[in-house]
Amino acid sequence: MQWFDAIIQGVLLGGMYAQYALGMALMFGVMRIVNIAHGDVMILLSLIAVSLAGVLPVGNVGLIVVIVPIAVAVGWVLQKFILNRVVGADPLPSLIATFGLSIALQNLMLEVWSADTRSLPNSGVASASFQIGPFYVGLLPVIVLICAFVLTGGLDAVLRWTRFGRGLRAAAADTEAAAMTGVDPKRIIGGMGSIWGAFLGAMVLGVAQAVGLRIDPGLGILFGHLVFLLVLATRPEGIMARKK
Amino acid sequence: MRTELTGDTPILSTHALTGGYGDFQALFGIDFHILPGEVVSLIGANGAGKSTFLKSVFGLLPVAREMVRYQGAPVGGTPAHRMVSQGVAMVPEGRRLFLGMTVEENMRVAIDNARLAEGQGEWTRDRLFDLFPILREKRRQPVEDLSGGQQQMVAISRALLCQPKVLLCDEISLGLAPKVIREIYAVVPEISAAGTAIVLVEQDVTLAREASNRLYCMLEGRITLTGASNDISRDDIAAAYFGASHAVV
Repeated sequence: MQWFDAIIQGVLLGGMYAQYALGMALMFGVMRIVNIAHGDVMILLSLIAVSLAGVLPVGNVGLIVVIVPIAVAVGWVLQKFILNRVVGADPLPSLIATFGLSIALQNLMLEVWSADTRSLPNSGVASASFQIGPFYVGLLPVIVLICAFVLTGGLDAVLRWTRFGRGLRAAAADTEAAAMTGVDPKRIIGGMGSIWGAFLGAMVLGVAQAVGLRIDPGLGILFGHLVFLLVLATRPEGIMARKK
Repeated sequence: MRTELTGDTPILSTHALTGGYGDFQALFGIDFHILPGEVVSLIGANGAGKSTFLKSVFGLLPVAREMVRYQGAPVGGTPAHRMVSQGVAMVPEGRRLFLGMTVEENMRVAIDNARLAEGQGEWTRDRLFDLFPILREKRRQPVEDLSGGQQQMVAISRALLCQPKVLLCDEISLGLAPKVIREIYAVVPEISAAGTAIVLVEQDVTLAREASNRLYCMLEGRITLTGASNDISRDDIAAAYFGASHAVV
């Protein structure tokens, strides 16, 4: 029974990873940019949100309205002034540039916010839980998982059903052929990764860590790395990549 | 600026076109023209410059503005995606389909960016499915699951759904079985009957002659022969194709 509980907690943890993975999947899949600073930018935005929460009396939900435009602005600046300059067929320049950015951001954040753990003021959601049969499930992780589902589904739908999405996938498959078919190829290169593959990968990682933790509190991270190794050894083309 | 189009005014022409890749010059003053609704083939051996010529016309390689004229206006160097919206489309060598997308999604990309909306132009998915019935059956399958001939049909459909006035076809017979090649070439008359001018780049001389009104022969980046397809003798073609010094028949 405790293993089943570990799987549930793992899936919920995977929901958080899936939100991280989504941005990575889109960037790597469409632009062939390996953005090592992806996580750091996310932490930066979280810390900005924590700091704003102390100043703005808008509540945690109201904070989303403030932080999302800031996130868009940070993303735009990052794209325009750093990523667009290193994007190309060779992944190495983007790797090095974002690696440098990652180190710079980490140290900047240490300087400004110190290394202490911080969280948003608790509005009750973070500690609320409900019971399903013999299992206790946290409300916040469930909300996070639902958001991950909606975001993944939404992105998938955009790529599948809109003119913009089709153009993006076409350009990702063959930039020159897309231009020959009328798609303006500015700034889009590379090959498309699988959006749902990223979601599934996040779930696998979450479950592996939760199960590892249940065996021994020190094994969670190790199990996560073992899953990485296993996937790289057996399916280096991607979890959901089609077999040739 | 635009000259009125009459039956004798080329829809697409090149004037002393030179071009190539970086420092490597592959084309040396190509004069070429095609009339509305005409089928013109461009033949030549490997490396003669046929594909380079198409890419230069289509804005995929840099050329001077005055070297290419479309509907009488200079368009040389216009990016490919804007040539498409003006009415020039290309079936690229090796098909270059969008892998990971279905047959219909490949078509939709063209419809999304076409010169005219699907209902207003000459070509609709339904008409192409009538032309290539196998594609209707496979419309929801990823293009990589299709045979080479079926993929070529998708590539042609994709180009036609751009609603072109000029269609550039780069070696559409390459790597296909003779029976499949006949199937593909059978649609050429229907395309030109719709008023679309077609440039057929081919290595297969017999095929090119049968399918076209006029032909150009290229050798080492120059036009070595041109004329009505059924007037030119095989000997002349052989001489122009291989160069006079190695003429063989």
